[in-house]
Amino acid sequence: MVIKVQCNECGGTIEVPDDALPGEIVSCPDCGTEYEVVSVDAKAGRAELKPAEEVKEDWGE
Amino acid sequence: MANAISILSDRLRWEEKALYKSALSMGLKASIVDAKSHTLDILDESSLPAEVRESDVVLQRCVSHYRGLYYAAVLERFGRLVVNSFSTSLISGNKLLTSLELAKRGIPTPRTYVSFSDDSAVEFMDRHGYPMVVKPIVGSWGRMVAKVDDRDDASIIVEFRRMLQDPTYQVYYLQEYVRRPPRDIRAVVVGDSVVAAEYRYQPPDDWRTNIARGGRAEPANLREDEREIMLKAAEAVGGGVLGVDAMETEEGLLVHEVNGGVEFHGVSRATGIDVASKIVEYVKSIARR
Repeated sequence: MVIKVQCNECGGTIEVPDDALPGEIVSCPDCGTEYEVVSVDAKAGRAELKPAEEVKEDWGE
Repeated sequence: MANAISILSDRLRWEEKALYKSALSMGLKASIVDAKSHTLDILDESSLPAEVRESDVVLQRCVSHYRGLYYAAVLERFGRLVVNSFSTSLISGNKLLTSLELAKRGIPTPRTYVSFSDDSAVEFMDRHGYPMVVKPIVGSWGRMVAKVDDRDDASIIVEFRRMLQDPTYQVYYLQEYVRRPPRDIRAVVVGDSVVAAEYRYQPPDDWRTNIARGGRAEPANLREDEREIMLKAAEAVGGGVLGVDAMETEEGLLVHEVNGGVEFHGVSRATGIDVASKIVEYVKSIARR
């Protein structure tokens, strides 16, 4: 099952799997904006997202 | 043996999810802790998240090098067991410190030089001859790694680096350009074993082999002497869970990097090896209780 959340950037529909874990990254299929999953309430069909951090110079392996 | 592990993360990738699922499937109590979500009091252990306090070991998996490094420092101050340790993360997260450790132990590695000013870097590269490779001392995914073919390239790189705010760009980590096949080898070392290895083929439009740059992975079977070099390189930075990169030359392998925050989705897919479970088994085995 997926939970639908509206993209703050473009109004597109982001589909969040209802088994997504906090910290997972989802992106808007329309504009590509990345969001981090804050919480998922599968029963209520609600997911809270926040804008994901942008890649920094010290990111990687 | 560990009963509970915490996975410290700041961006949950395929790897962290795989580790979490592996830990649960082994019957461990597992948690994922977001390093961005709280503040630690360095005098008060109770400021650590409850999941961390209740875990026997913390698997540090932040995508941000400095975030993970300094979080590990605080955890160790409270006597927590962290994989990778602060020291391993410090050394493996810095190409110069890594090269120094490899050199001290006589582990074969490309000839490496360091200049501390723009002028001396250009003067040295001119004297040494081209091509040369210039890398940031901290950084990953092949970012800002440049092949310098002549004096014009050298001058441009120096000019660009002068404009960057990060003062570490004034430390010039210079390496000989190694003639190698269009691939290198990545070995995932966990504790004292090479658990998986892959060839990373460079894409048609880049000389770098990083998967993040479009490199392609194929399984690699290492000879015993090659495994030995990979293990020694991992040990040189302090050991733990590491991605060791080496190039094939006529004189044998040359280790050019040891990565402390190894991503293993590609190598797991290429080899069919469950790297996440190998890591969790290792972490479980080293915990104090």
